Amino acid sequence: MNVVILGCGRVGAHLARTLAEEGHQVTVIDQDSSSFARLGGVFPGRMVVGIGIDEDVLRQAGIEQADAFVAVTNWDNTNVMAAQVAREIFGVRRVISRVYDPGREEIYRNLGLETICPTLWGVNRIRDILVGQM
Amino acid sequence: MYIIVVGGGKVGYYLTKSLLEEGHEILVIEQDPARCAKLTDELGANVLPGNGCEVSTMTEAGMGRASLVVAVTGDDEDNLVVCQVAKHKFNVPRTIARINNPKNERIFRRLGIDVTVSSTEVILSQIEQGIPAQSLIHLLTLRSLGISFIELDVPPDSPALGRPIRELGIPDDCIFPLVIREGRRAIVPYGDTLLQPGDQVIAVTSEASEATLRKILYGEQATPA
Repeated sequence: MNVVILGCGRVGAHLARTLAEEGHQVTVIDQDSSSFARLGGVFPGRMVVGIGIDEDVLRQAGIEQADAFVAVTNWDNTNVMAAQVAREIFGVRRVISRVYDPGREEIYRNLGLETICPTLWGVNRIRDILVGQM
Repeated sequence: MYIIVVGGGKVGYYLTKSLLEEGHEILVIEQDPARCAKLTDELGANVLPGNGCEVSTMTEAGMGRASLVVAVTGDDEDNLVVCQVAKHKFNVPRTIARINNPKNERIFRRLGIDVTVSSTEVILSQIEQGIPAQSLIHLLTLRSLGISFIELDVPPDSPALGRPIRELGIPDDCIFPLVIREGRRAIVPYGDTLLQPGDQVIAVTSEASEATLRKILYGEQATPA
């Protein structure tokens, strides 16, 4: 699978390494080149410096050939905008975006984006540990 | 009319002030506390501190009863999200977004924002006036109506020269409300008006007819911008 990942933070970098080790073709985009240090020394994928909501940057990252696009920057709005650009402009089949704010996550899920909300996951998991059935 | 402005920078400030003077009910949402204090000094109770992209702030602002939401922050992605959430969560009938990167105009259009305003593009158009390019500049797009206000500069070799406007074959869904001559004289053209080299034609057109207009003014060899 050919995957473009936007955001080389902890989640983006770890996901990129994991997918690359499994043999997938991975391209990571981040606006700060020092973030690529998180990928470790022998990352076999491609790295692109730039803003992920910019069409030209996405094109440079090979979005036109991508099977999947994952938006995991620290900014919810950047993630949902980039995800919509990937889906609506470039027609990427599988698009996943991380949205911390549960309110916005619900809205964009209802609009048909595939979203994950770590806030709700964390809340539910901690609640289960504290008071739920183990 | 109740109008919510998101982003209390210079654009948001002057916009809010002007709308207040026109007698509208208006609220400006700004997240920077220092900026908020300044705005409150001048605009009083019409300022709401908070992140205008958060559903909770939008609820507090009473977005559900707003007739219009204008997003004028310095970040295109924030302006997009404000308009989309206003539309889909709060059923706001009309949204206007400021765009900083002119390339995002097409994206915003595809994603359902009613009106986009790009000061970058307006400034670009002023700069490009010195260049005899076959330029077609989008001044304003009313997405819900599918129409654009565009500016076309008439080149010296335009095939539209020497014939009155009514004979140019302008599509039915296009009008020329204004021609600016020599950069300073505004002319309201009629069917028998003759265009001159250097005229700036302001056209209101459907998106479908833009290509035809381009051909009429720039000829067959014109390449799409």
